[in-house]
Amino acid sequence: MAGGIFAVLLIAFVVAMATQAVPAFSKLGVSFLWGSNWDPAHNHFGVLPFAVGTIETTVIAVALAVPIGLGTALALAYLAPRRLRAPLSTAVELLAAVPSVVYGLWGLVAVAPLFRTTVEPQLTSVLGWTGLLGGPNQGVGLLLAGVILFIMVLPTMVAISRDVLAAVPHDQVEGAMALGATRWQVLRKVIVPGARVGLLGAFTLATGRALGETVAVALVIGNSAHLAPSLKANAGTIPSLIVSSFGEASGTQLNVLFAAALVLLVVGIGVNALARVFVRSVKRSGAASVTVA
Amino acid sequence: MTEPLTTPAHIAQSIGLTTEEVFVGHHAGAAKAMRLENVTVTFGGRAAVRGVTFDAYQREVTALIGPSGSGKTTLLRALNRMHDTVRSAAVTGTVMLGDTDVYGRSTDPTLLRSRVGMVFQRPNPFPTMSIYENAVAGLRFNGVRKKSLLDEAAESSLVAAALWDSVRDRLKVHASTLSGGEQQRLCIARALAVEPEVLLMDEPTSALDPIATKRIEELIGELKDRVTIIIVTHNMQQAMRVSDRCAFLLMGEDRTGELIEFNSTSKLFSEPDDPRTLDYINGRFG
Ligand SMILES: Nc1ncnc2c1ncn2[C@@H]1O[C@H](COP(=O)(O)OP(=O)(O)OP(=O)(O)O)[C@@H](O)[C@H]1O
Ligand SMILES: [Mg+2]
Repeated sequence: MAGGIFAVLLIAFVVAMATQAVPAFSKLGVSFLWGSNWDPAHNHFGVLPFAVGTIETTVIAVALAVPIGLGTALALAYLAPRRLRAPLSTAVELLAAVPSVVYGLWGLVAVAPLFRTTVEPQLTSVLGWTGLLGGPNQGVGLLLAGVILFIMVLPTMVAISRDVLAAVPHDQVEGAMALGATRWQVLRKVIVPGARVGLLGAFTLATGRALGETVAVALVIGNSAHLAPSLKANAGTIPSLIVSSFGEASGTQLNVLFAAALVLLVVGIGVNALARVFVRSVKRSGAASVTVA
Repeated sequence: MTEPLTTPAHIAQSIGLTTEEVFVGHHAGAAKAMRLENVTVTFGGRAAVRGVTFDAYQREVTALIGPSGSGKTTLLRALNRMHDTVRSAAVTGTVMLGDTDVYGRSTDPTLLRSRVGMVFQRPNPFPTMSIYENAVAGLRFNGVRKKSLLDEAAESSLVAAALWDSVRDRLKVHASTLSGGEQQRLCIARALAVEPEVLLMDEPTSALDPIATKRIEELIGELKDRVTIIIVTHNMQQAMRVSDRCAFLLMGEDRTGELIEFNSTSKLFSEPDDPRTLDYINGRFG
């Protein structure tokens, strides 16, 4: 039942976005989706820089969130001293409830200066050879946006992962222990694989949130319409573009913004669907429960 | 207990003990694989089982019987230090595995557990692993990498657990596709693959149907030449069928389990020393 309601909602979303986006496609074709020149004043509506910015910030956020989130979740579920687990878990849950605008403002006033004076110079001296860190240290930019996104998705990632890790049946853990597994082996070979379906869910949720986050990113990314030449450069994402230009947009530009939103929606659904397919194949291949004659 | 035609000294030497160590005690002729002395397990200060002393002999099956709550599981889990993870649990007394003090300061619990295997009440193969991976999981935990060694161990342990013929063509299939009885035999194979000296079994057939139960019981008989077995069972017929010696536990007034009688199985079930044993085997309580 509820599933039906959500399906209807989803279709309603797509239809609403599409209706508004259609004029853009009829006027500009589809090529603006991968055009790299965004200059509404001269009728250039290339969305590529924002699409790339969206992907880059999401990749940074998720690349950091997966190992750190998983490690934190394992610590909360199994490793931390018992007395600390409950307070730490509460702290994580509280962090998940902080509104994103607060993360954005905090990123802008507290983290950006730290990035400019310390993090970016240090990173550049260590990883400058990759060519990804050219240009001045300015605090705001792609990297900061990715890191703020990471900090934003981390609590949700940790909270869900902790629960699914803790839900791995204890008899599995004992089965491994009884074979002489060390604590670390139990975690790696039994608990993490046993929780993989749920972990994938946490991962998908984090990715979805990172893809769609708007306000916080708009505050810390520097809002540039150009493809970022460096992780330290200003950039933009589709949500940050929409939120920062929707107010003054009209005509074709408005339609293009809807088209971009539609693209984001489709990508979001795609990530979700991919995860589902993966989850299903994992389940089919035998995460099923133990059957007893 | 009949030993092969060798001298007592030879037997002792072959298992790394002095002749005296082997023959001291009330069961001359058999070597002790595990010795329990005054073992008490408490949870949060309350004793679940108290003051248990008996020996488990090599090439024998020792059964732990007694009513529900008499501490059979608790006692069994003390033998491979499974209580280590339970914070409220404390074990006192002495448990010896050969000449290793199980609770000795220098004893590594993970190493110990590879010498004392365990099979649980509910079959618990690792559901994310294939049959093959389940069979060799213990070896992998113990650092064995070599493919040929793993293959060999997988085959020989699955053969020993009477599972090889039915799974040899589907080793890569997930373990959860097996029937309950097959899963339990896989768990036995998994335990055997690490070549433990002692195998602890906690009601290994209680979740299985009679046919699967029978196969496991036959298996126990076949295995006792290669591993000392200590089995918890609720089923007295099973204890009679599979065990050589039997320990009867019963909780006293304070609901703490105690060892009432330890005897050869035939003696315990025909003319027990303790009247409470007689009451129990005649179904008068429990
Ligand atoms: N982790 C634990 N914490 C507290 N008490 C426990 C724990 N495990 C067992 N006990 C207690 O120890 C006593 C003995 O339980 P145990 O499971 O060893 O009995 P059992 O003889 O195996 O019973 P059954 O035949 O039902 O399996 C019980 O009173 C039980 O409540
Ligand atoms: Mg029990």
